[in-house]
Amino acid sequence: MPYLELTDIGASYGSKPVLAGVSLSLERGEIASLIGPSGSGKSTVLRVLVGLLTPSGGSIRLDGKPIDVGNTATIRDLRRRFAIVFQQYNLFQNMSVLRNVMIAPLKVKHRPREECESEARRLLAQVGLGDKLHAYPDQLSGGQQQRVALARALALRPEVLLLDEVTSALDPELVAEVLDAIRLLAAEGMTMLIVSHEMGFVREVSSQVVFMADGRTVESGPPAQLLDNPRTPRARDFVGKILRH
Amino acid sequence: MNYTPHFGQITRYLPYFCGGAAVSLLLATLAFSGGMVIGLLGAMAKTSGGKVLRRFAGAYVTFFTNTPALVQVYFIYFVLPSCGIVLDSFDAVLLGLTLNSGAYLTEVQRAGFASVRRNEVEAAETLGMSRRQVVWYLVVPHIVRTLYPPLTGQFILITLGTSMGAVFGVEELTGRAFSVNAETFRSIEIFTVVGAMYVVVTILASLLLTIAGRSLFRARVSVF
Amino acid sequence: MFRALQQLHEFATSYNLLLLLEGGARTLVLSAAGCVCGFVLGFALAVLRHTAAGWLLPARILGVVYVEMFRRIPFLVTLFLVFYAFQALGLDVPVFWVAVASTCVIGTAYLSEVVRAGFAAVPRAEWDAAATMNFSLLQTLRFVVVPQAWRVVVPPAFAFFLSFIKDSALASQIGVVELTFVGKIFNNRGLMPAIAFGSVLIAYFVISYPLARLGARLEGRLALSRAH
Repeated sequence: MPYLELTDIGASYGSKPVLAGVSLSLERGEIASLIGPSGSGKSTVLRVLVGLLTPSGGSIRLDGKPIDVGNTATIRDLRRRFAIVFQQYNLFQNMSVLRNVMIAPLKVKHRPREECESEARRLLAQVGLGDKLHAYPDQLSGGQQQRVALARALALRPEVLLLDEVTSALDPELVAEVLDAIRLLAAEGMTMLIVSHEMGFVREVSSQVVFMADGRTVESGPPAQLLDNPRTPRARDFVGKILRH
Repeated sequence: MNYTPHFGQITRYLPYFCGGAAVSLLLATLAFSGGMVIGLLGAMAKTSGGKVLRRFAGAYVTFFTNTPALVQVYFIYFVLPSCGIVLDSFDAVLLGLTLNSGAYLTEVQRAGFASVRRNEVEAAETLGMSRRQVVWYLVVPHIVRTLYPPLTGQFILITLGTSMGAVFGVEELTGRAFSVNAETFRSIEIFTVVGAMYVVVTILASLLLTIAGRSLFRARVSVF
Repeated sequence: MFRALQQLHEFATSYNLLLLLEGGARTLVLSAAGCVCGFVLGFALAVLRHTAAGWLLPARILGVVYVEMFRRIPFLVTLFLVFYAFQALGLDVPVFWVAVASTCVIGTAYLSEVVRAGFAAVPRAEWDAAATMNFSLLQTLRFVVVPQAWRVVVPPAFAFFLSFIKDSALASQIGVVELTFVGKIFNNRGLMPAIAFGSVLIAYFVISYPLARLGARLEGRLALSRAH
């Protein structure tokens, strides 16, 4: 039984449909990547999973149990298990790096302060920012901010980490430092759902790649198969375009 | 405690109140128009006038925006006659509101002048536009578009401000509320109805101004 | 001219100056009390309008109607409405508190819009980030939104207070003995109107101008610290 299973999810922003049939399943400890042209709804899938957008149809199962997306308590539970890192980092501008990472465990989970702080320090050291604890987000480079966002997400001890184009807003020379931090997590066995345009990285870390187009999941499979030998014409077309250079 | 409102008695005064609303709007329109002219001159003086002119405009704005319109009208109403100028209450209120709104409108229009984007003007100049073309095709449309929303806001504020006419016996909407109140003593009902009429009148005015602004100047305004 | 000088001399008694001082103090206290109360209620209203729960929808609609209504009713009319409302309820409230309550009624409407604009100045993305970490609305406000929004909120809220120092002149019409009423007292005592209302105009200016300068400096400071 898969850990997370989406079946035929549909969703829209206002009257504009953005998802029209998304199905995928994810095992515990697995890393899956969503790829596809921009506007195909990849990021929207992640927003649905953290309750920022309510799907209009389909079903979500977690550990085999159906999730009622209209229920506030289940949304809270989803958010307890899933942590998301955004493309634009979305750090709290009014807080130091350390406080950005500590605030949710401290105030939402009500863990003891010392525990939160030592955990935050450990996580920040892990992402290579042990010396920036008291800096503010606007004093950091994009890559550093994104690593803080990663630490912030991990501080909630999520079961699944959702990464939404975490390197797209970064200058090329800063991409590697963020990817390194993610590789480390992958090695620890973290379950992840990744939206990314870094095909080399996707191939390296994922056990499963899902191709999306026009709000639908079109094809999925192991990276070797989907990236080198896609079965559907749309996937072949997309892969051909991005792997040419 | 057991007060039962009776609106029945008030309904026959509705046409009378509507007339009052028309007087309020007339007063507001006149004060706004006069204030716009003063404001334009004031803004020009403040942005491109000489030292004396700038000082004078500055003093005018500072004085009128730091004292209540009501006391300004009291001053005009009671002091001007001793200088031989006798104004009836409508004219005194109109003069006070005009001078008062002129000060606020100076500031609004000055901000509009200041918001003209230097690099757009430079771009136009490098394209070979004459000074007059730059003003006519770039500066004026820009000012009209950016100023339209705050100006409609000012018009609504002035409309609400005209209610002080009642203090001097001007027969505008609030003034008529006072006189009907003195006749019927149905105070709650009267002021509720009159309050509602202000809401309706200002919403209609906003609506009209929004439609006009959007179609004429592509101004980014909304009713609420 | 001679008469004016003589009257000015007569006017400058400690009793008259004390009256002006007292009127000025009452104008200030009236505006401040009304605005503080209006800010508290306006903040609550802004928070209410930010909730998403379905069962609060009627309350949210009521909130919008309240704001749109009281921003479109003249203060003078609100004053009399509140005055007669207290009377109809059989409550014997001093006129000073009627004026404070009226200021509060209007202030709630205007200041809730000011607070809402402050909330809107915090990027949507930070609200989202807080939500995905299971912050409640109040936690999001306390830890993320208010620490950033106050810089945006303080200048226009202060400007509203300033405008009410002047608008509270209308409270003289229900008999509150504030500055404008003091001017009417002077006028009724047969002082030259130029002195009676001139002194009141100057008193208002002396109160309002330094506060306006302070407000402008505050705005400049906060804009600078936000740019950092």
